[in-house]
Amino acid sequence: MKTLRRRDPARRALAWLLLVGAACGGAAVAQPTAASRVPVPVIEKARGEACVAEPAFMRLNHMDLLKHRRDETVHRGVRDPRSSLKGCIECHASSATGSVAAAPTDFCASCHSYAAVKLDCFECHASKPKASAALPAGHPAVTRVAGTK
Amino acid sequence: MKPTADTGAKQGLSGRRAFLGLAAAGAGGLLLAPGVHLMEVAQAAAPGTAAPGANPKVRWGLLIDTTKCASGCTDCVQACNTENGLSGGTRPTDAQWIRKVELKSIKTGRSASLPVMCQHCAEPPCVDVCPTGASFKRADGIVLVDRHSCIGCRYCVMACPYQARSFVHEPLADQKPEVPRGKGCVEGCTLCVHRIDKGGAPACVEACERAGHHAMLFGDLNDPNSAIAKRVREVATMQLRADLRLDPGVRYQGLT
Repeated sequence: MKTLRRRDPARRALAWLLLVGAACGGAAVAQPTAASRVPVPVIEKARGEACVAEPAFMRLNHMDLLKHRRDETVHRGVRDPRSSLKGCIECHASSATGSVAAAPTDFCASCHSYAAVKLDCFECHASKPKASAALPAGHPAVTRVAGTK
Repeated sequence: MKPTADTGAKQGLSGRRAFLGLAAAGAGGLLLAPGVHLMEVAQAAAPGTAAPGANPKVRWGLLIDTTKCASGCTDCVQACNTENGLSGGTRPTDAQWIRKVELKSIKTGRSASLPVMCQHCAEPPCVDVCPTGASFKRADGIVLVDRHSCIGCRYCVMACPYQARSFVHEPLADQKPEVPRGKGCVEGCTLCVHRIDKGGAPACVEACERAGHHAMLFGDLNDPNSAIAKRVREVATMQLRADLRLDPGVRYQGLT
């Protein structure tokens, strides 16, 4: 079944415990950086001004937002381009591969392989934004441009 | 699953409403053509709140004029393939959302060419048989597959009398951003739902129009002022396999 697996309550509780622990630890627990011995996922900088929510919130909840959106969109036809998977991909596609999941360093693939969470969105969904430059021949915009030249 | 329960409840409600409306129409002595009374009752009874998304007052439909549809012309099929990222292959394992069908009357020898796609039935048998609720009818009458919950059992493929559903047998790459497709799921014509939600028309209709054939008309069957509703009112049209009483949203002109 093609679903993003919902985390079970035990794992959720563990995640919160870790988060609270990290917050209480304060300065004692330094944020791991690329320079330290702790391996961290490579996060490529996104285009666009700001994400639809704070990065900390998105890290924890992006799967719930996506799952909510997908039911709203598929069943009820509510399409909000701001908070759609397509919207995510438009900002987060890698400048090198043009995709969010083609190379191991791409935005989605990077974190998901780090956290060992299987990513099956892109078996069906395109992992690249729409190529706006490639208009088909005979498209009104193409013929108009050709006519004005 | 909650959305399924909701959808089921709505369908049950609309079914009951249609039945009550039919009973009322019968009691009033109104004699209307099959299908017409259902639409008008649904329109009269629909609760009026403009919520975002699929509008329950709308019934999207297609009217295909077979007298203008040339034998051998595949403009609509090609447009569908391009729009939805289909390979265009015609092997039994290739996905085909729309096919050109040639019909010939044995007695008179008259032949007609027509495109056949998902007929977007009001009573879709694919929805009845789906064990997971993946096959569903949207509020505006478009019959879709939710690939997130499709398990690829292919009951709907068997149930559809129009052979409008395809199964994806092999892994796909380079899907269109607007049309997610993948191996292991059943799929069919979506009436280009991604275009409709933006206020557009299906790719096949647009291609037919652009090529100057004017054989396809898309619109809201429930809106008495829409071009399609006017044409359906004025000229004799038919639904394919109307004897099955599935009330398809796709109608054909010039077949009988």
